[in-house]
Order: sequence, then structure tokens, then C-alpha cells
Amino acid sequence: MARKPATATDTQTAAAPSNVSRDELLQYYRDMLLIRRFEEKAGQLYGMGLIGGFCHLYIGQEAVVVGLEATAKEGDKRITSYRDHGHMLACGMEARGVMAELTGREGGYSKGKGGSMHMFSREKHFYGGHGIVAAQVPLGAGLAFADKYLGNDNVTFAYFGDGAANQGQVYETYNMAELWDLPVIFVIENNQYAMGTSVKRSTKSTTLFGRGEAFGIPGEQVDGMDVLAVKAAGEKAVAHCRAGKGPYILEVMTYRYRGHSMSDPAKYRTREEVQKMRDERDAIEHVRELLLQGKHATEDDLKAIDKDIKDIVNDSAEFAKESPEPALEELWTDIYAEDLPQGSAEEVA
Amino acid sequence: MATEILMPALSPTMEEGTLAKWLKKEGDAVKSGDIIAEIETDKATMEFEAVDEGILGKILVSEGSQGVKVNTPIAVLVEEGESADDVKAEAPKAAPAEAKSEAPAASAVEQVKTPEPDRSPDWPEGTRMKTMTVREALREAMAEEMERDETVFLMGEEVGEYQGAYKISQGLLDRFGPRRVVDTPISEIGFAGIGTGAALAGLRPIVEFMTFNFAMQAMDHIINSAAKTLYMSGGQMGCPIVFRGPNGAAARVAAQHSQDYAAWYASVPGLKVVMPYSAADAKGLMKQAIRDPNPVIFLENEILYGRSFEVPDLPDFTIPFGKARIARTGKDVTIISFGIGMAHALEAADKLAQDGIEAEVIDLRTLRPIDYGTIIDSVKKTNRCVTVEEGFPVGSIGNHLSAYIMENAFDYLDAPVINCTGKDVPMPYAANLEKHALITPSEVVDAVKKVTYR
Repeated sequence: MARKPATATDTQTAAAPSNVSRDELLQYYRDMLLIRRFEEKAGQLYGMGLIGGFCHLYIGQEAVVVGLEATAKEGDKRITSYRDHGHMLACGMEARGVMAELTGREGGYSKGKGGSMHMFSREKHFYGGHGIVAAQVPLGAGLAFADKYLGNDNVTFAYFGDGAANQGQVYETYNMAELWDLPVIFVIENNQYAMGTSVKRSTKSTTLFGRGEAFGIPGEQVDGMDVLAVKAAGEKAVAHCRAGKGPYILEVMTYRYRGHSMSDPAKYRTREEVQKMRDERDAIEHVRELLLQGKHATEDDLKAIDKDIKDIVNDSAEFAKESPEPALEELWTDIYAEDLPQGSAEEVA
Repeated sequence: MATEILMPALSPTMEEGTLAKWLKKEGDAVKSGDIIAEIETDKATMEFEAVDEGILGKILVSEGSQGVKVNTPIAVLVEEGESADDVKAEAPKAAPAEAKSEAPAASAVEQVKTPEPDRSPDWPEGTRMKTMTVREALREAMAEEMERDETVFLMGEEVGEYQGAYKISQGLLDRFGPRRVVDTPISEIGFAGIGTGAALAGLRPIVEFMTFNFAMQAMDHIINSAAKTLYMSGGQMGCPIVFRGPNGAAARVAAQHSQDYAAWYASVPGLKVVMPYSAADAKGLMKQAIRDPNPVIFLENEILYGRSFEVPDLPDFTIPFGKARIARTGKDVTIISFGIGMAHALEAADKLAQDGIEAEVIDLRTLRPIDYGTIIDSVKKTNRCVTVEEGFPVGSIGNHLSAYIMENAFDYLDAPVINCTGKDVPMPYAANLEKHALITPSEVVDAVKKVTYR
């Protein structure tokens, strides 16, 4: 099947599958499928009333975070918005802990006190999960500031959407990140709709990575429905940051199949538009084809992976249903830290 | 195995809805992601996607049905060769009923019993003292902590090469270098966010706002990012950061540059809030703030920067949070204040003494936590109370203290508590109007005479 980019531009990176190993392809397939099945299950549990409030699904965007995580090393940090479930699974957080947080239970990553939009893991260097659009951008630059201050070569991935790209604090952050050569990769996940407003309806400057030029930050647009293209661009960005050359911007062109949140009827785009993306550009189908056509895997191999993933997701859902609600005493805990936070610089140093 | 498709909840508030339309009919194959029905919620008409694959064996709720409760089976999905009648309904596990345990204490403030106040001296008896301005005390505190801990750094507008807009950081750039004394562009929300991110990663930033008026641009990071993250992360993500700078009215700078934010910050759980008056407190509390593993709002005052006080000449001393200072003892009335309000309170106490009224003056020093024990002990002794602060009257610290005293020492009160505050107006520029907008010692004297019926 001919592959067309999510939106056509000249700057997109094409990736040839020839230099990619079978194991890598299988890993991307697995990781992306885990996110998709997990999110479908989350949607189902929301429908059953087991998950409340806001719940923003990542279905359709899986290749972005899976492609970039493939370029990270131990110690690298990541931070994102409220559409965060995929990022957590991709950086190795347990499906059980994420799902149990969605159901507001004791076994969740935040003991049920954060919910879908606010989850964290010191161990996996995942700094949230932020509910205020674009707040994670300066926070991410701050994480990178800490790494530069401590003199290590870690980088930070700061993910945000095309909607957040119109917030003023993004540009204050661009300015300081470049001024101080902070090792941060600004990843704009351009899924083309800020809730119900398309990029074209919110700006005339629609090439979002290009806004970095005003501050001297290099960047590029990437086909976000192609995990290999994302990875290739990510490697370039990471190399730039690790070499101490300052920040880099990746505008990853992607698409969310579901509404902005569970309660979004998505009337701002046609059903045909969504279906066309699913049929022609699906990132998981793409890797599936590469695996089958390259004779890297058989239908049966992939079925076995599908089953494994389904088991992990079902197990996480069971855990999230069985885990008790937090004890009422938890209402009054974690408001203030008594001691040095775990994983602090003094401990790390 | 046949599975039931349940009426979904499609918004945070939906309890029931209308099954507007079936887009698949009995016998149709269904793939995960296919839209099978349209459902009207309280907000909108939503498309309902299938999660599982199979054949739509039977529709249980027909098109147009209204008031269909969430989790009602609406259809049965079967596999090839199965009949819809084979369904072995797996009862949906609904959200568990609310835990039965007792609700926590009725008071919204977790304050079962007023704690015993800490009466220990702030430094040992006989300690040699030296005279210092508040400005010097703050500078010395930051420098000592930067020497002590490599992760402490200062960032803000004009803190480095300019030597500080109010000269608090004078000399620190020469002493510690640009890595640790970081000049920022004029980007309050940006550098407040970067500082908060650095704190989440384990550094100990001191973020200077040239004045707290400009911190309103950064409010989202102070409240949503710094104060709440520990709680939202179930205790994983501490945020050891100090936000400091001058707060309140300076002189003749009018409305946008003259506001006391004490009550704003003191209302936020997750923050600690410090507002010192004397140089000794400024130093001891600043050192404590930098060592505290939580976000601390440190409210200074431009008019106090140049005032001199006696400061203990000790290599290392801190003052714990939540420990008020009894600045003057007395038996007739309790005057509670903090920050520059203390200057008015003490001046009023001197005047009152000439009239034979002995006021006990309490300097709260920290507004979160508040030393309730010292307040209640004093009010039980004097039976009268006046609070003094520069901020606006509505939702003031004094309002909160009045309520607390009423709840916890009502029977000891011989008069209603009076709150002396700034006037309920934006700060005017004209010298005469500005004077009237601010709290004055004579207003405190009048309030004390009212509660003592003199």
C-alpha cells in the first residue's frame, strides 16, 4: 500500500526498513499494540463507569512515543500533557499501575490521588502527566536545566500538542532553553486538532517547528504515522542535545482517532477523514506489513503477540477493578514532604 | 464466548442516555474500532465504538429508547457459529460503593486539637548579637546555604550582573559564578516553570521575583505545578523550591505594584508561606526555607529591607516554621500580625502602654503552617484580639484567625475580634490617598480601644 504522510510537506524524513532488525520491528509492534489495546480497554472501563472524569486516549498516535522511546537511554527524562497513558507504557511503567490509577485505586501510580492526567514515576524518570496545557514545556526545560547543572549527558523529551504550541510560555521556554543550551527535545505531537479547533483555524503559522527559528532552535517535521521515521528523527535530535548543542524541535505529524476526551462527539471532522487515516496510515498496520512482507514474522507469530498483549491488558483491568480504593487517611497524606524527596539530586549525585 | 455490550458512560456526568441510532444490524460483523451506535448524552450525540470483535448477535435495546441507564446490556456480540442466547452474562463490576469507614474530622482544616506551642528560645541565651539590615540578613542566609549545598542556586531577573534589583543578591555572582546565580529574561511564567522542573529533578532553586506582583504571571506553576505535584504523584515528586521577593506596598508605585499576597498563598495546601518582620527572622527562616523539601513562598518587604535589627552571630541557625514569636508580652489584649504589619502593631502597643493598656504582640512569622497554639494561649489570657495586616479585608488572614479563635476559644472572648487591614480599594497613587489606603498604627490603637471598651 502506498504510504502518504499525515500531511504532505517537503521536510519529512523517509525511513527505509532495510536497516532495521527483525527484533526492533517486533518490539515496536508490541509496544504500539500494547498502547492501543490498553487505551481501548480504558475506553471500555470508562463506559462502564469504572473510570471517571476526563480520560484522553492516545489511539492513533502510538508511533510518536514508541519511536522516540527507542532513542532514549537510562537517565533520560520525559514529561507530557494529560494525554499520557501511552507515554507511561512506552517508558516501561506497568500497565497494572496505570490502569489502577485510572480507576482511582490504591494500586495506581499515584495511589489513586492523581487520576488519568496526573501520574508519575521517579524510577522511570517520567515526570507527568500535566493537566494544564503547555505547563509541561517549561517544566521539561527545568528537568533539562537540572541535568546540565549536574553535568551529565541526559536529555529530556518534553511532549506537547499543536494546541499547546499557541501558549505563550512555550516561547518563553524556547528562548531560555536556547540561551542556556538546555538538553531538551521539544516534541510537538501535531494531531491537527486542539480539542475541536484545527491547526488552520488557530494560526496562520501552521508549520509549528518553524517557530523555533526565531530563537535559533533547529527542528524538523516528521511523519508520525511511521515509527521508523520518528525514530530516525529522534536519533538526530538526541545526538544534537547530548552533544551540548542545546534544544531541538520535532514536529511529529500524527492523528488521534478518538475524540479529545471521552465526552467529545468529534463533530469538527468527518467520519470519512478519520476512517481514511485508519485505513491508509495506521502506524501499527504499517509495522505489521513490514514484518509480514519482509518475512520477519508469520501471521501466527503476530497472533501470539496479540494474545500476549491482550493478556497484559486484561490483567491490568482485573487488577484495576480489584485493587481497593485508597484508605481515607490518604486524604491527608503527601501534602508535604517530610524528608528529602526520593531520587533527588543529592541522592543521585 | 458471547459478550454483552453495555450502555456506556460517555461523559463525566452521564448516568443515562438515549440510544439514538444503531449503525450495525443483527448479523453484521463488527471490528474493534467500528462505530456501532449513536448515543445521546446529556451533552452531545456521541459515536459508540466497538471494543471487541465478533458478530452483532442480538440487539437488546431498540433505536430511540430513552433513559437507558449506564451499564444496561444493549446488545450481544457473538463469535462465528454462536447464538446470542448462549450469552452467559458476566455481571459488570460496577464501581464499588463508597468506603464505609468514618469520614475524617469535620473541620476542613486537619486540626483535631490546637497543638501545644513551642516556647523554646530561637537561639541560646547569651548568644553574641550583631546589627544587620533585613537585606544583609537575606543575602547572608542565601550565601550560607549555597556554600552548604551545591544543589542550591538563585535565578531571576537582574539577580546577577545587575547585583539584584533591590540588591539582595549583591556580590553573589562574583562569589558563586553564573552557573549558580542565573540571570533570566523577563519571562515569569517561563522561569518559574523551569525552576519548578529543576526542583522536581532534585535541585534546590531559589526563584526571585523582582516583586510578587509579577508572580501573578507565574501563578499556574506556583500553584498547579509546584504545590500540587507531591500529592498528585502519591508522594513521589517532591518540589524543594523557594519563591521569594518583595511583597506588599512599597511607596507611591500605585495599584499594580502594591499588593499583599499573604492570604492568597496561605490558602493553598502544598505551599509553605513565610512572611518575616525582623532581620533575625528573615535570616533564620530563609535558611529553613531553602532546606525545606517543599515549595516555600517567602514574602519580603521593600520598606523593611533597609531596617536594622539584632541578629544572632552564629555560624548556622535556623528558625522552624509554625513557631510564632511573642514580640511583647501583655495581659489586656492580643495583637496578631506578621511582616510589615508588625511595625504598626509594635508602634500601636507603645502608644497603648502610655494609656495603661498592656498589649501582647504576636508575630506569626509563617502563615502556613500557622502557630495556632500560641494564638489560643494568648487569647485565653487576654480575652481580646485584634489582627493587623496590610492586605485586602475580604478573605484576609485576620478573617481566618477570627474564625479559628471563635471555634476554639469562643467562651474566652470578651469582645468580637477586629481585623485591621488595608482598605478595600486598589492602591491609589496620590500621597494623601495612599496613606489612607494603608493600615496605620492609630487604626490599631482605635481597634484595641474598641475591644477593651475604653
